[in-house]
Amino acid sequence: MTIASTTQQICFLVLSATLVFGSLGVVLLPNIVYSAFLLGGVFLSVAGLYLMLNASFVAAAQVLVYVGAVNVLILFAIMLVNKQETLAAIPGLLLRRILSGAVCAGLFLLLVRVAFTTDWALPGPTPIGDEATIRIGEHLFSDYLLPFELASVLLLMAMIGAIVLARRDVFSSDVITGEPVDQGLIEKSRTPLLLDTNDQKRPMLENTP
Amino acid sequence: MSPDLPSPIPLQAYLVLAAILFCTGVWGLINSRNAVRVLMSIELMLNAVNINLMAFSTYLDGQLIRGQVFTIFVITVAAAEAAVGLAILLSLYRNRETVDMERFNLLRW
Repeated sequence: MTIASTTQQICFLVLSATLVFGSLGVVLLPNIVYSAFLLGGVFLSVAGLYLMLNASFVAAAQVLVYVGAVNVLILFAIMLVNKQETLAAIPGLLLRRILSGAVCAGLFLLLVRVAFTTDWALPGPTPIGDEATIRIGEHLFSDYLLPFELASVLLLMAMIGAIVLARRDVFSSDVITGEPVDQGLIEKSRTPLLLDTNDQKRPMLENTP
Repeated sequence: MSPDLPSPIPLQAYLVLAAILFCTGVWGLINSRNAVRVLMSIELMLNAVNINLMAFSTYLDGQLIRGQVFTIFVITVAAAEAAVGLAILLSLYRNRETVDMERFNLLRW
């Protein structure tokens, strides 16, 4: 992909500004739904950066996996656990934020210093550009074959583990004694919204003959 | 990037960008009260690592792009991590009825 250098610089500036402000919004915004959508924007701008690095396959994988799967999964999780709760104040919150901010700033300064003082072996070999997808395929089926197969096993394990963890076990009878079990003990009432609607419906049901 | 000209963007620009993203992720990981936001911060940090790998792969290892292969694997592991993490979060929410990280203190002494 050959683009004029000025265009490339403008693209990089726009993408990096989206990335930085989007990630700050993910961390700082009070509404978590906005955070989740901004996270999708951050993932998309990272995919744009990959395109600028001549990696079209990884950019496509980033869009498919991160924006298409992980972000949607996070949105579903927000939908499932979205309860308005007032967080109890904890002592020393401001001090903790300032301290962790100082630690993060120190880490950032360290990383920047490493990036600018290290003598990188530039310029490296000529990038292969558009043939990157072919080269990735060759890598995956020759010298990275074992990690590739292990990744498939890992995905299977993650899938089964997620199903087992998130499944809701409801037994109507006790496994050991065989007595019927009150399901309210196992399945707790989840949202006060549901309880409220039940309470409102109950007098109406009593009035009807 | 044309093969005969050097890239107009230096390698350090990508590294600094990834450092900003990583530090934002670390700050969010420490300071978030909502468990879903903690998972989002982890995703930010993984993306910062991926940007570093891709930049090194293009600038320093242009012929054998091993960094891109590593990025593919990191994306795979991140997808698995997100699925399992959200399942754990759902299970926690079902038992404790909160997503406040300060109240997940079962393993505290």
